[in-house]
Amino acid sequence: MSIEVTAVRKTFGDFVAVDGVTFAVRDGSLTALLGPSGSGKSTLLRLIAGLEAPDAGRVVIGGADRTDTPARNRDVGFVFQHYAPFKHMTVRDNVGFGLRIRKVPRDRIRARVAELLELVHLEGYADRYPSQLSGGQRQRMALARALAVEPRVLLLDEPFGALDATVRKELRAWLRRLHDEVHVTTIFVTHDQEEAMEVAEQIVVMNEGRIEQIGTPRDVYERPASEFVMGFVGPVTRVGDAAVRPHDLDVRTTPAAGAVEAMIERVVHLGFEVRLELVTGDGLPISAQITRQAAEELELRNGQIVYVRPNRLLRAVA
Amino acid sequence: MDGGLSGFWQAVSGPEARSALELTFLISLIVVAINALAGTLIAWVLVRDRFRGMGTVNAVIDLPFALPTIVAGLTLLALYGPRSPVRIDVSYARVGVAMALLFVTLPFVVRAVQPVLMELDRDMEDAAVSLGASGRQVFARIVLPNILPAILSGIALAFARAIGEFGSVVLISGNLPFKTEVASVFIFGRIESDNVTAAAAVSVVLLVASLLMLAAIGAAARWGGRHEL
Amino acid sequence: MSSSTLPSRAPGGSKLVLRMGALGYLGLILLGPVGLVFYRTFEHGLAAAWNSVTTPDAQHAFWLTVELVAISVPLNTIFGIAAATAIVRHRFPGRRLFDSLLDLPFAVSPVVVGLAIVLVYGRKGWFGTWLADHGIQVIFSVPGMVLATIFVSLPFVVREVIPVLREIGTEQEEAATTLGASPFTTFRRITLPAIRWGVVYGVVLTTARALGEFGAVSVVSGHVAGQTETLTLHVQDRFEAFDLTGAYAASVVLALLAIATLASMTLLRRRGAPA
Repeated sequence: MSIEVTAVRKTFGDFVAVDGVTFAVRDGSLTALLGPSGSGKSTLLRLIAGLEAPDAGRVVIGGADRTDTPARNRDVGFVFQHYAPFKHMTVRDNVGFGLRIRKVPRDRIRARVAELLELVHLEGYADRYPSQLSGGQRQRMALARALAVEPRVLLLDEPFGALDATVRKELRAWLRRLHDEVHVTTIFVTHDQEEAMEVAEQIVVMNEGRIEQIGTPRDVYERPASEFVMGFVGPVTRVGDAAVRPHDLDVRTTPAAGAVEAMIERVVHLGFEVRLELVTGDGLPISAQITRQAAEELELRNGQIVYVRPNRLLRAVA
Repeated sequence: MDGGLSGFWQAVSGPEARSALELTFLISLIVVAINALAGTLIAWVLVRDRFRGMGTVNAVIDLPFALPTIVAGLTLLALYGPRSPVRIDVSYARVGVAMALLFVTLPFVVRAVQPVLMELDRDMEDAAVSLGASGRQVFARIVLPNILPAILSGIALAFARAIGEFGSVVLISGNLPFKTEVASVFIFGRIESDNVTAAAAVSVVLLVASLLMLAAIGAAARWGGRHEL
Repeated sequence: MSSSTLPSRAPGGSKLVLRMGALGYLGLILLGPVGLVFYRTFEHGLAAAWNSVTTPDAQHAFWLTVELVAISVPLNTIFGIAAATAIVRHRFPGRRLFDSLLDLPFAVSPVVVGLAIVLVYGRKGWFGTWLADHGIQVIFSVPGMVLATIFVSLPFVVREVIPVLREIGTEQEEAATTLGASPFTTFRRITLPAIRWGVVYGVVLTTARALGEFGAVSVVSGHVAGQTETLTLHVQDRFEAFDLTGAYAASVVLALLAIATLASMTLLRRRGAPA
């Protein structure tokens, strides 16, 4: 199911959460809504789900205008940041909830629940309670629960935010694979740009209730539409007047044309890369990132003078 | 205790004692059931609704806790007794006793349910809605199971209070033996007439019931916490 | 953005029905009766009401009530803080039993409390002969009423302080100890200020309960007007003497004290104290 959001606006009292947002996603796509806290991305997601009603604008799902349809009739699967498990029900009853509401016959529910638990690798846990599951397991249960009723659209609100780093990485990859298998139109909300870039086919960057840019991960990273996108989606450093990504800097120990002179304040070994914290003669900071090999070849130390030249400039492409 | 076990049994199974106990338990049960429903409704409105004067209403709920029982009894008699301005006279009748107990036990279920309702994860209800549940289904399948332990806790405390209530009942009921005499009034009467054995016997029954209610509250709390994340 | 304090998304009509139902029930059961008592008190004029409330018996009853409150509240406060500290911060055999027993005054009928006191301290009671030999009169006099009042208002401070103690945890106290504070200093400068709102709530509730006690003191007092009658007993006394104005007037005094209690609770809650 494709989704079209047109001129949608939502305020809470004086606070404008979503300010005239328009965008569309293709059927079967995997889209990220990326932005800082308070950017309106979660509100937008809830508006699409029908959990909030817009003050203005339309929400069209699969060609049908659903703006006035209540959430329970929109056939939308929703996964919450803190999983929202029905803590008084077993995993089996959780996953089967939507089917029970629809009065699906019991044996069909049992079959479908078993199928889904296998899909999310929770086969042996059917009779456990959410309190007996880890965070990652609860989230997988929540996904199974949302998918049980075969929704036309799957919405996830910061689904991995409450998990620790390793589990988060696993579940990201797993979500991508799941989407390849199940092909439901999926939108997920995140404030983590690495997550958005890794998982999504298309990223919608939001800030203060408005859309800053829509594009593929590469578009958004290499051709940011505004200063905000530039700074939010990846690291930025300034050399002279130009904005550059720290890893697009050439660092030499000998002067070169167009290179800026700077002193190394600190060499930080990040394992796979080396970050150099530099300061120019005017006292302006520059952050450069080079490979470990390059750092070894240059034999860099604190206090050393180096010459820095951008090899690819970053400019906001309006 | 003079008289020993057989004296105890005799005192407790005497017709007036038995009638007082039966009346007490029956009316308390009915009253507590009504206030369980009303209390849950009031708690729901206080937590989920928003209107002017809500803070005052919330404070007023505690009135039966703060008001001396004898004053409560007098006020109920004024409104629902012989000189009632609304022409309702339930004095000297069981309904009068019930009204007094309704007043006195009103806050228990409300105050037990309120904090639990406030802590309830709204995401669970949203999740149920997104899965297709109607408002009524969300309440019955999601909210109610999670507030049930609190409701039961409130019921147990209200019941313990109701069976022992004295001050608010003693004026409106008229204390007619076999008709409107509740256990606490029976006990009081027996103390006055120096029949301490009978008083003690019925007291023991009330005490045992109270202790059972306390145990029930503890059990409800443990039962309620069993699925906590 | 979801929070349990946001208004529910029920359709407007059913929300109104629920609200009206709840308010209607409250009006019927709570507000109607109390409003009427105020009306009845001043029905025969302000002067009549004032006179009933200032008779010697009424005044004695008032001061006796004040005396009982003045004794039981401080005692129960000290006991409450000590018991709460013991239950939350220390382990001792029978701790859980002690904790449960503290709920007893909530659950036991006041007349049973009175009876228990009579059985223990009365003439034919366990300590009866010992007390009589020493010329100490407990039942039918003020000491018995003090005991009754203390018992029924016992748990409030404990019950308010325990959750506060649990919530603040031991970290601050541990920090104070590592900085060299003695246990007493830690208690005075760290613990006590941290629990002060719990204590204040507890004191307000204890006072209200002590003021309003009727059943237990009724059994224990002997009802001698002008000597062993509290204000609550005075209300009943006037009622039985068919002096309705007197009864209502005394009730109004008590009701005003109750409303003052409720108001202080609300104001304290608003002061940002975690309830």
